Amino acid sequence: MTRVVRGLTRTPFHVLTGGLAVIFLYPILWTAISSVSPQPGSAQVHGFGFGNYETVVHYQAGLWTYLGNSLVITGTAVVVTLLASTFGGYAFARFTFPGKDALFLLTLAILMVPYATLLIPLMTWLKTIGLNNSLVGVGLVLAVFQLPFATFMMRISFEAVPRELEEAALVDGCGSFGALHRVLLHAVKPGLITVGLFAFLAAWNDFMVPLFLVGGENQPLPLAMVNMRQQVMGVIDYGATQAGVVILTVPCVVLFLVLQRHYVNGFMSGALKG
Amino acid sequence: MTLTSSPPARTAAAPPTHRGARSRRNLRAWAYASPTAALVLVFFVVPVGLVVVMSGSDWPLLAGNRGVNLPDNYADVVDHRLFWPAIWFTLKYTVVATVLLIGLGLGLAFLVQEASRWRAFLRTTFLLPTALGLASASLLFYAMYSPQVGPIAPLLDRLGVTDGVVSPLGTPTGALWSTVILIVWRFAGFYMLLLLVGLQSIPGDVYEAARIDGASKGQIFRGITLPLLRPSLALSTIMCVTGSLLAFDQFYILTKGGPDSSTMTVVQLVYNLAFESKRNLGMAAALSVIVLVALVVINAAQLRALRGTDSDTRAARGTRAVAR
Repeated sequence: MTRVVRGLTRTPFHVLTGGLAVIFLYPILWTAISSVSPQPGSAQVHGFGFGNYETVVHYQAGLWTYLGNSLVITGTAVVVTLLASTFGGYAFARFTFPGKDALFLLTLAILMVPYATLLIPLMTWLKTIGLNNSLVGVGLVLAVFQLPFATFMMRISFEAVPRELEEAALVDGCGSFGALHRVLLHAVKPGLITVGLFAFLAAWNDFMVPLFLVGGENQPLPLAMVNMRQQVMGVIDYGATQAGVVILTVPCVVLFLVLQRHYVNGFMSGALKG
Repeated sequence: MTLTSSPPARTAAAPPTHRGARSRRNLRAWAYASPTAALVLVFFVVPVGLVVVMSGSDWPLLAGNRGVNLPDNYADVVDHRLFWPAIWFTLKYTVVATVLLIGLGLGLAFLVQEASRWRAFLRTTFLLPTALGLASASLLFYAMYSPQVGPIAPLLDRLGVTDGVVSPLGTPTGALWSTVILIVWRFAGFYMLLLLVGLQSIPGDVYEAARIDGASKGQIFRGITLPLLRPSLALSTIMCVTGSLLAFDQFYILTKGGPDSSTMTVVQLVYNLAFESKRNLGMAAALSVIVLVALVVINAAQLRALRGTDSDTRAARGTRAVAR
């Protein structure tokens, strides 16, 4: 009897939260289903199928070009973020050196100056240093704006490693680089995964930096998909747009579901910082 | 807090007599820090300096630098017909988005804070949109709002909100709220998580004590939850305000600043001055500097407010750290 009563009092909660869950999932499911459904004005007019995806594959320079561009940008951003924040986090956690606090504060200051306000000078400056319309340039810029979070994350990761672990390696004849490479890197792996995941999501999804810094054949996927909307005389091909959204979203959703723990940890350490 | 509590590096406490060893150690430390230093210098410090120089220069998009013209760019930007409307709209959007996101984030956090399988599923569901790019999410909602293929326009028509099946993006009010709904969908889970961390760092025995003293649910919320949650609330507010003040992708993709420039944000105006209307990088840089200075001031003010609340809760957090 009490069980029934408790079940009944809980029903409104389940109805409410179930409704919320549907609202949050609906847009993603709607897009995925619509992208293979028949729609007027798209390449998929009759029956279900992948006509819209074919439109995307053959759009201008071709999906593979844009996907390749996205991979170069994302790869550069992830590798550079990981390398810089690992070495930097190690230096900040384990050494004292002149200028240490100044450099750390300067790195965190990037948070105060978001890239939206720096894209105009970056455009001119990248041209000057030979990175005009360059995918690597976009990757480097995106890496720099990941640095505050990444450096902070790696610093606290290294600080959490017991010093004995490192000292044992040093006694065994490793240099500091050997200790880092053979012993510490393994201990800070969760931090590395979090940093890498955030750098990937930020770089893969970024729209604004490439909008300012690259064009034409060098567009990454998000930029190409936004520009694709108005391709045929202002008539919008919604089917192809939905297919593009699905292609952009699948890697993010898969990574999110697989690495959810690291994703949540990243936010938590950010929140505790305050 | 972690920043200040980092233990002094023990390995560096080499005897001061070994000057050579010490400077070798400094050199090695700088070698590790050098990639960070180089990146920060080349892609952050130089652009910050350059944006200030450009803001004082006659710098057309195609012609390049044509020398100093201070303070013409600033005067031109402030006199631009869209300058004040863009600021006003950006502030309005920021207030609406922040109030809704923090309120909903807190509500969602309360709904999922206990541990159960259903709540774990809910958390994942609410967080899922945060994995999408803002541009992808904007494109997604652009299709959802379309009167040709989307479900929203017919629904609004049937509810009598609009007259006929028309895009909700067609009116200034509709465009603002349509964008806000997209942003709430995309970011509510993010703020839920930030506030959830705060909620879970409140020790259970504080609630216990209040309940024994006979406090009502409302009293507990106002007397315990809200004050102890202030640091998390403040951090969420800072992030939300900063993000909203810099809004670009969502408006660029959904409304293009329209209808009739009614949803033009300040950062969109930067883009507009640089590439569309004036093709003038000097003016765009001047507006960037104005935004940059405003943001630093706003952030500093908010951080001060945050630090003010920090001491109240340090004790509570300490308890939690020990318990862990």
